[in-house]
Amino acid sequence: MAKPRKDERPDYKTWKDIPLTPVCNFTTIKGNLTGSWRTFRPVVDMDKCIKCGICWQDCPDAAIDWDEDHPVWRYSHCKGCGICARECPSDAIEMELEVKI
Amino acid sequence: MKEIRFHGRGGQGAVIASNILANAAFLEGKDVQAFPFFGVERRGAPVTAFTRLDDKPIRIKYFIYNPNYVIVMDESLLKAVDVTAGLKDPGIVVVNSKRTPEEMELSQYKVATVDATSIALDNDLGSKVAPIVNTVMLGAFAIATGEVKLDSILESIPDRVPVKAEENTKACQTAAEKVVLHW
Amino acid sequence: MSTKKVISGNYTAAYASMLCRAQVVPAYPITPQTTIVEKIAEFVASGQMKAQYINVESEHSAMAACISAALTGARTFTATSAHGLVLMHEMLHWAAGARTPVIMANVNRALAPPWSGWADHTDSMSQRDTGWLQIYCSSNQEVLDTLILCYKVCEQPDIMLPAMVNMDAFILSHTSEVVDVPDQKEVDDYLPKFDPEYTLDVDDPRSFGTLAFPQSWYMEWRYKIQHAHDLAAKRLVDEAKAFEKHFGRPWGGLIEEYRSKDAEIILVTMSTIASTTKDVVDSLRDKGRDVGLVRVKSFRPFPTKDLREALGHAKVIGVADRSHTYGNEGPLFTEVKGALYNHDRRPPLVGFTVGIGGRDVLDTTIEGLYDRLEKVADGEAYKEVTWIDLIGDEEEVV
Repeated sequence: MAKPRKDERPDYKTWKDIPLTPVCNFTTIKGNLTGSWRTFRPVVDMDKCIKCGICWQDCPDAAIDWDEDHPVWRYSHCKGCGICARECPSDAIEMELEVKI
Repeated sequence: MKEIRFHGRGGQGAVIASNILANAAFLEGKDVQAFPFFGVERRGAPVTAFTRLDDKPIRIKYFIYNPNYVIVMDESLLKAVDVTAGLKDPGIVVVNSKRTPEEMELSQYKVATVDATSIALDNDLGSKVAPIVNTVMLGAFAIATGEVKLDSILESIPDRVPVKAEENTKACQTAAEKVVLHW
Repeated sequence: MSTKKVISGNYTAAYASMLCRAQVVPAYPITPQTTIVEKIAEFVASGQMKAQYINVESEHSAMAACISAALTGARTFTATSAHGLVLMHEMLHWAAGARTPVIMANVNRALAPPWSGWADHTDSMSQRDTGWLQIYCSSNQEVLDTLILCYKVCEQPDIMLPAMVNMDAFILSHTSEVVDVPDQKEVDDYLPKFDPEYTLDVDDPRSFGTLAFPQSWYMEWRYKIQHAHDLAAKRLVDEAKAFEKHFGRPWGGLIEEYRSKDAEIILVTMSTIASTTKDVVDSLRDKGRDVGLVRVKSFRPFPTKDLREALGHAKVIGVADRSHTYGNEGPLFTEVKGALYNHDRRPPLVGFTVGIGGRDVLDTTIEGLYDRLEKVADGEAYKEVTWIDLIGDEEEVV
């Protein structure tokens, strides 16, 4: 029987505690807020957005959600790679500096 | 221990013959090994296969260099291959030939002959250019050497020939009747 | 009820995979393994074997597919040889690291160039650091029994390691011998269903093969592989006892001692060479010579403790390898020496490289090894490593 998943970081003390299989039993994304890695932030101009879904499809980190008919950025996890802006066919996404100097 | 070497051409069924013979001896309570020459066999090329039989467990795992018996499935091999190489004295050579043993140039050995090609063709085994004589030769071998009973060979055929079990069995029996011994 | 059959080593391996109910068989054909996977394909096509047979584009993919299938909780089997095995190399590490109990038959064959289709252990010896169990068989019966035993041991929750069951090219793979083949019920009663603790499951997602940092827990995960090998060494012996009780024939231990307990001169070797050696030992014993044999069956886990006990009393020990580590010596020789170094008695050890590329190892070849060892026992000077049966003069001393 597969062990029920515990969605929390386990507290291993010794080599005996870690599972035999190098497996990660909790959702790593929860505790790892990669949004803090971002230098540039993608910002969408909804007037230009044609709702094609290409940004949603191409985001390598699944950091773009789809809310009924339009994309929504999960800034908690978006690393600011800029692929969405580059691939957007209507140039609706601008990469803006996180920290304005 | 008894060691048997089969000389044939690729496609004549020497490897299956070595296996049928091993199974026949196994049915009589012997320990057995059967193996092809460990090489790259091709249709028509000279091939060899081997069978080892013993009342005791067989533990040696190497080639057969000094067989007690040799089975020659194609007479033309007598010219191409040294079929009696390493043959023990007194050894028996069973040859597929229309000729009588006296006509063979193997006078220093006990020789048995059988016209396996005709028997195979009579029983629709293989084609005119490539008759399959393996089970036929085993019928002759059983009579010539007495090493295994003909019945054990017949019992082992249906499981191990890919097609025409009945024809193979009948051909094997015919060979047992027609084999000519000279010693 | 079991049935005795006259079958080749390759067909034996195919029957074993069916009897063990392997569910996924990804395989790529290579001489002299081909008839194993041909037979399995036949079993699957006829419905006799309920398994997913996957035609893959290479051995690397075959092993990758085995690992993935095993991670979903499927029992897997594959077979390969020589170049196929070495192409799998990366995935062999992966299988052990991911703790997938993939069971594989490897037909030991020499590596090219020059091309050779014949028996030689270089292929599997060069995989000895991949974390796999490696068992070397000396008969077709042992191929069948070892495959069943390996499923039983390797799938245990504290072992979870892959195993490679090795058989000599042609000498076993293409040689028909009498094999006692158990029926399905007998195997089912012995071998429980594979039920891993963690599985790839879309309804309960986990990540496998995660990143581990230098400070935690990469080294610990690697230590756990060693720990599982230590457990496997014990478990193989324990499960072999259960095997004997169930199937009525012994499997034995990690090594096999043959008339060696009271022998002064002992030859250590593996695989089919050891089988021939038994006849040689009997015939030399009949002539009053003080010789014995120790066969290493399990090369991984390596039976260090067993070898110390089995060899400690010897006056001289020879080790015959069917492979060679270039720039050094035979790998079995190295490891047997290593096992004995910390023993309080250290008898002289002599290495022989024999049967490379399928060079036939005859009874007379082995008698020659015992002759050499007797001279060492009599105090004659000896060379540490000798290539046996080289054509031409004895090898050059550089």
